[in-house]
Amino acid sequence: MDEQEKQQEFQEKIDSGITIEPKDWMPERYRSQLIRMMSQHAHSEVVGMLPEGNWITRAPSLRRKMILLSKVQDEAGHGLYLYSATETLGTTREKVIDDLLEGKAKYSSIFNYPTLTWADVMVIGWLVDGAAIINQTMLARSSYGPYSRAMVRICKEESFHKKQGYEMVATMAQGTPEQQEMVQDAVNRWWWPTMMMFGPHDDDSPNSAELIKWGVKSKTNDELRQSFVDRHVEEAKAVGIEIPDPELEFNEETGHYDFGEIDWDEFWNVVKGNGPMNRERMKAKREAHENGEWVREAAEEYARKQKLSKEKAS
Amino acid sequence: MSTKTKTLTKQEAFFEYLVRLADDRLILGHRLSEWCGHGPILEEDIALANVALDNIGHAASLYEYAAEVEGEDRHRDDIVYFRNDPEYKNLKMVELPKGDFGFTIARQFLFSAFSFFLYQGLAKADDEQFSGMAEKHLKEIKYHLRHSREWVLRLGDGTDESHQRMQDAFDGIWTFTGELFYMDEVDELLIDEGLGIDTSVFREDWKNLVTDVLEEATVTVPDFDQYMAEGGRKGLHTEHLGHLLAEMQHLRRSYPDAVWE
Ligand SMILES: [Fe+2]
Ligand SMILES: [Fe+2]
Ligand SMILES: [Fe+2]
Repeated sequence: MDEQEKQQEFQEKIDSGITIEPKDWMPERYRSQLIRMMSQHAHSEVVGMLPEGNWITRAPSLRRKMILLSKVQDEAGHGLYLYSATETLGTTREKVIDDLLEGKAKYSSIFNYPTLTWADVMVIGWLVDGAAIINQTMLARSSYGPYSRAMVRICKEESFHKKQGYEMVATMAQGTPEQQEMVQDAVNRWWWPTMMMFGPHDDDSPNSAELIKWGVKSKTNDELRQSFVDRHVEEAKAVGIEIPDPELEFNEETGHYDFGEIDWDEFWNVVKGNGPMNRERMKAKREAHENGEWVREAAEEYARKQKLSKEKAS
Repeated sequence: MSTKTKTLTKQEAFFEYLVRLADDRLILGHRLSEWCGHGPILEEDIALANVALDNIGHAASLYEYAAEVEGEDRHRDDIVYFRNDPEYKNLKMVELPKGDFGFTIARQFLFSAFSFFLYQGLAKADDEQFSGMAEKHLKEIKYHLRHSREWVLRLGDGTDESHQRMQDAFDGIWTFTGELFYMDEVDELLIDEGLGIDTSVFREDWKNLVTDVLEEATVTVPDFDQYMAEGGRKGLHTEHLGHLLAEMQHLRRSYPDAVWE
């Protein structure tokens, strides 16, 4: 079979909804796009631990401390699971992590914003995990088997995170005047960055068409953003939170909410590394990696010694 | 002025005993939680968070029970967030900064080994609610002990650098190990009531376990009879606890009327 026939057969599989498994033939471009997307996703889970981890030691009740700690622990698990899924495409976790630490790989820009108050962490649970669910529910139907299976598993936990975040947002929105102010302020700061999580408009998104053709994605950035808005505006209303968008209005004709334009200058600026926390996030990950070097070396050396003495014994 | 010794009631002693156990585990859990996002490998971010959660979770049940025993309608969070450092009764060992990964592991191993023996006793305490909690936590302790023991071996018998770091970690923390076995009138009263454990009973077992593992890890066992620091159980702490509590309590105290549950 020549390359073109293989391509054609691959596309037919995709079009008839057959998932692609690691051992199946796939176009090199499909492979490299998935490595990029999945490792970026894994990095986002791991870098995302930092803004939320920032509040574990200061949580205002023991119950909330345990909920937050297990949430951040879940995100580490998601990272691990996604790194393993990425490895099925023929790369290694070490390699993609090096790319991250060297600034060659991206992660979700949302984590380049600071968590300034406790409410920020709760709003992240509600909005950011909420946005992630919308994206990941789509990816759970992705054409690449290991990715879609990872998403099914991860989505269950993200739903739980969102529920817990929303619950605390509701508690604060009905709390003391200071709590109300704190939670509204957090929503004001996180709403637009969360809207940006879905990426550029469809006509500015060069990869979109290809990823849709390959069945990796089944919805465009703008479609996903619209479902996010429709869902979260209703949830905000239910607990008396205001969405910081004066143009937000329900459109009877479309059955969806119309909303204002994203500040794309800010979006690209953060993507390029100039968000409020880009440098610090990378510094924290690099420091953890460097400080852990001796531990990883020791574990490797110990395993080598153990293997050697077992060989001698047998 | 005459110094009068107040006789401790069983209820007061039991409250104090539960709070001491809880303080140890909450403060240690706090230190472990500081690793989340900063571990040497992702698997350890998860493992240390897990140990932290087990400790904080068990502390939460102990505080809740302590509040019940006290009978003054306090919530467990009142005990956690509204006591100052002299009122905290944890061992000094657990409040020390997290240090490098080797220090965190050395402390965890020594503490888990101690807890392993202590909780075998507590799981048989003459109080169903208390012994039930202890039995549940004992299962978690077994995992903590296995996890930290494996790392002591890897790091102690790994590279030259890791070996030196583990030796330094054990040498540094050793003076705080004597306090693990501290006992006073609170313990004495509760031992008589079948609620507390006489820790001197398993001191040799603990020493043997620790010695075996350190030797297997090629770490020189420091002197068990060296000078041992104390004070934690009486509320006399290192300078580190004040900072830890300032961080832990500030949000809750800044908005005393707010509900966060
Ligand atoms: Fe996640
Ligand atoms: Fe999540
Ligand atoms: Fe556990």
